[in-house]
Amino acid sequence: MAVTGAVMVSFLVLHMLGNLKIFFGRDSFNEYAHWLRTLLEPFAPYRTVLTILEIGLVVAVVLHMWAAISLSRRAGKARPVKYVARKSQANGYATHIMRWGGVTIVLFVIWHLLDLTFGVVNPEGFNSAPADRMISGFDPSRWWVTLIYFVAVVMVGMHLRHGIWSAFQTLGWANRDRNKALRATAGLVSIVLVIGFLLPPLAITFGVVK
Amino acid sequence: MNLTLRVWRQKDQSDKGRMVTYKVEDVSPDMSFLEMLDVLNERLILEGDDPIAFDHDCREGICGMCGMVINGVAHGEQRATTTCQLHMRHFEDGAEITIEPWRAAPFPVVKDLVVDRSAFDRIIQAGGFVSVPAGSAPDAHSVPVRKEDADAAFDAATCIGCGACVAACPNGSASLFTAAKITHLSLLPQGQPERLSRAKAMVDQMDAEGFGGCTNTGECTAVCPKGIPLDAIAQMNSDYLKANAK
Ligand code: HEM
Ligand code: SF4
Ligand code: FES
Repeated sequence: MAVTGAVMVSFLVLHMLGNLKIFFGRDSFNEYAHWLRTLLEPFAPYRTVLTILEIGLVVAVVLHMWAAISLSRRAGKARPVKYVARKSQANGYATHIMRWGGVTIVLFVIWHLLDLTFGVVNPEGFNSAPADRMISGFDPSRWWVTLIYFVAVVMVGMHLRHGIWSAFQTLGWANRDRNKALRATAGLVSIVLVIGFLLPPLAITFGVVK
Repeated sequence: MNLTLRVWRQKDQSDKGRMVTYKVEDVSPDMSFLEMLDVLNERLILEGDDPIAFDHDCREGICGMCGMVINGVAHGEQRATTTCQLHMRHFEDGAEITIEPWRAAPFPVVKDLVVDRSAFDRIIQAGGFVSVPAGSAPDAHSVPVRKEDADAAFDAATCIGCGACVAACPNGSASLFTAAKITHLSLLPQGQPERLSRAKAMVDQMDAEGFGGCTNTGECTAVCPKGIPLDAIAQMNSDYLKANAK
């Protein structure tokens, strides 16, 4: 979970930075999207590097889900008889919703790919420039799309707040002296990602970026 | 104080078990939780009923025998307290109290609130020891130990093996217990030679017993009567990863 999670977090950081290019204009964003597809050209054919990265990402997603499902199944087997009364003592809403949060994020990513990657549920359709898809997608009239993204990104943020710290634990880096710093890092990365991801859609919906 | 108890009754391992309601009257707030159960049991015996079976031994918070889940919390809501050290003054008059045994497949219910925690013994047997000639006690300063390490090792060594961590864990994981038993040795010079093989053997035994996997929820440390910190689990993971990398 920790290693595949780390792969996805790295992707999210790059993805977030890429999205912020929309603030430098449609051309800047489109150039960036084009650059992604032409990495290492002419040494590698069009879209080679991007495809390899995408495959790596899909593998990470699948393994992450597989690990989550086997952990849940082990948990179910380890407690065949449930408690009549049960009261959580550890604080942290984020920790309690990891499994359902993960499912929500998967559903969102499917919607998101249909929207901004394949253009199926996007007003501009597939044969359009990425920046046009993005700006039309979050048009003020489609405020509910922005709302879906808002909820989903906040969910991702909570998933990461527990997830990143949990990864530090799993990899054995946490200890008495470092705990505070590691928890703060997990919180900071999550907040920066949430803000960074939310800025473009909000800016478009509120007419700051046109 | 007058209380209503809902207690898990189960004749033996094959019985399905059920919750049974009892009224207990004239409970003194100064009684411990176990004394309150003693009072109920004396009445049950006089009435010709089977008394409620529960484990206990020292009744002073050091042996780890007395675990039960009280109102959904292992050892009850009072923090850093074993059931035997929990006093009735923390409950309100007229309260309804739910009492259940530890719930985990590797801890089968023997009777009522008594579970079999032998799985913990097998985890310790797998590697929770140091192979040193045990003659007369050596001089205290013959092997120097950093103060920080001594403190951390001692904190881990305070684990009394009660099993509350397993009972509270949503995954039914025994990571906090196993980690405590690994780190109290792996932080000390005497524990170094077997450090990695110990971590591997104990973690593998823990998994073989059918405990769940840790997802760092922190429920364990919150109910642990000795406040064993989650860092112990990180230390265990670090040793275990190193052992597997070899
Ligand atoms: C408000 C936040 C987000 C915006 C505005 C956004 C925007 C975009 C856009 C425009 C693309 C297509 C890029 C292209 O065609 O070159 C894309 C692809 C993608 N996004 Fe997002 N995204 C957001 C959040 C997320 C989140 C939170 C996740 C994952 C949890 C995610 C996962 C993906 C994936 C997997 C792809 C496909 C990447 C690829 O095919 O290489 N996105 N996103
Ligand atoms: S770690 Fe704490 S809760 Fe778990 S067995 Fe040891 S003393 Fe009990
Ligand atoms: S009876 Fe010994 S710890 Fe409670």
